[in-house]
Amino acid sequence: MTIDQERPEANQGRDSSSLPPLGSEVAAAVSTPLRPPSPYGKWALISLGFIFLALLVVFPLINILVQAFAAGWGAFMAGITTPEARHAIWMTVLITLWVVPLNTVFGVLTAWLLARYRFPGRLLILGLLDLPIAISPVVVGMLVMLTYSPTIGLVGPFFRSQGIQIVFAWPSMVLVTLFITFPFVVREVLPALQEHGHSAEEAAYTLGASPWQAFWRVTLPNIRWAIMYGIILCTARAIGEFGAISVVSGKVIRQTNTLTLHVQRVYGEFDTVAAFGASLLLSMIAVVTLVVQLGLKEKRE
Amino acid sequence: MASLSAGKRNPGTLVPIGLAVAYGSALVLLPIAALLFRITTIAPADFWRMVTTPAAVAAYQLTFFSAGIAATINTVAGLVLAWILVRYEFPGRAITNAIVDLPFAMPNAVAGVTLAFLYAPGGPIGRFFDPGTPLAEVFGWFGITPVQLVYSQMGVILAMVFVTLPFVVRAIQPVLMALEPEVEEAATSLGATPRQTFWRVILPLLIPSLLTGFVLAFSRSIGEYGAVVLLSGNIPFSTLTAPVYIYQRLEEYDYGGAAAVSFVLMLLSLIILLLINLLQGWSQRYDD
Repeated sequence: MTIDQERPEANQGRDSSSLPPLGSEVAAAVSTPLRPPSPYGKWALISLGFIFLALLVVFPLINILVQAFAAGWGAFMAGITTPEARHAIWMTVLITLWVVPLNTVFGVLTAWLLARYRFPGRLLILGLLDLPIAISPVVVGMLVMLTYSPTIGLVGPFFRSQGIQIVFAWPSMVLVTLFITFPFVVREVLPALQEHGHSAEEAAYTLGASPWQAFWRVTLPNIRWAIMYGIILCTARAIGEFGAISVVSGKVIRQTNTLTLHVQRVYGEFDTVAAFGASLLLSMIAVVTLVVQLGLKEKRE
Repeated sequence: MASLSAGKRNPGTLVPIGLAVAYGSALVLLPIAALLFRITTIAPADFWRMVTTPAAVAAYQLTFFSAGIAATINTVAGLVLAWILVRYEFPGRAITNAIVDLPFAMPNAVAGVTLAFLYAPGGPIGRFFDPGTPLAEVFGWFGITPVQLVYSQMGVILAMVFVTLPFVVRAIQPVLMALEPEVEEAATSLGATPRQTFWRVILPLLIPSLLTGFVLAFSRSIGEYGAVVLLSGNIPFSTLTAPVYIYQRLEEYDYGGAAAVSFVLMLLSLIILLLINLLQGWSQRYDD
């Protein structure tokens, strides 16, 4: 409104003088107040964003808290300490303890190779890096079944002859989670390595450092926050994985049930307090992840 | 004295390369090879029959349609959220910014359970849509009676919107932040209204990142399993998405059918990934 009212005045001012001095147009334009238009638009947009986030994220999160304690503290504790729940928590911890260190070490290694070396197939790998995120978790589970199932798997019969059970046991659950969380560390570390460039490492080589010393003393300190960030994302994802694990685990109670599978099972049995109690444990991990993420973001910037 | 080239040619580097190759092969290449091997054992005619059973076709249609709607909703909502987070100061902005990422960190099974509880008929939010309520009547004008927010196609869309919420916001945010104020000031000084500046100047610059966000959300929605399986009710020919269809084929020991449809979805993921790479190349051209 204000701009529309002032604009004709600016034009009139320009028309009235036949030969304006240089720069007067610019001065006139700058002196016109540049927006801020109506404050209503701003607050309408902010409210719209708030409503959307409230309906989709905030209410569901509050609902978990309310339902977990709907029958009191005792019922909540009873719900998350049944033998089934305790075993499910242990399975989730076990999988995370396998997945996070492996994917951290190999994620940093892969990122380092991609950042420092040019080799055939490098661009293909860069393009396919996000495949585990793009692909459906059910398909990931299916792939592992087709590889390791003792009856239909490509290499399954070999492992069966060795007496090793992979499918419907924890090894396959670790494998699918490794697959799904592989990109997280790589994607955080790769840009950090590219940003810091090669020159410091070169200097270390010139001073007689071995590649290992150069990596450990020069490269690693530069990328440590990126690695931390990747580890956090990888951990959150490993703990929350559901689709691929439900395909390969067989969902045997007190054997191959993880915490997310446990949530689905008890919710299906209308045990709301137990379902939301376990959900609360899982969402607390998500909230902690976010808080740590925020802290790390500041550190890195 | 060790030189750079000596460091690079150090046979020691062959060990990490070998390790990375072995790890990647065992983790990713072997399983994909197993799927391809399985597909080659199916006769082409059988393969075609398996990927085009009426239940599978209904599942693809539902999945793509719902993913399209969910990605559209999140493109609009994502633009609004990115805009207010980058351009406006308001109390709680930092927390709002963090909340946007929550669907990424929250296990999708947990999201499915709590959304199903909230939006079920008679649930804390669902009750406002129960027959006889004002909202139910509004939906009635559009011929939707009774309003089923879960265990219906709306439940599928709700699940997909939840899990892909961060994608568009995080795709646009950096571009919007990098946008130089001079461009807008120039437009305004040339007499553009704020609305014209937005539609003619800002939006065209955001299109590559909006498209990237849309495609990411669409692709993630197609593959989504956890939240969908808990919210959709999984009724064949009505609310059964493609990943849930694969899961059900597996539970019935129909490994051929499951492998065939998995192959279709994986091919689609690869095509979408290619598209995203192209889009990101396009949007990076605008960065500098």
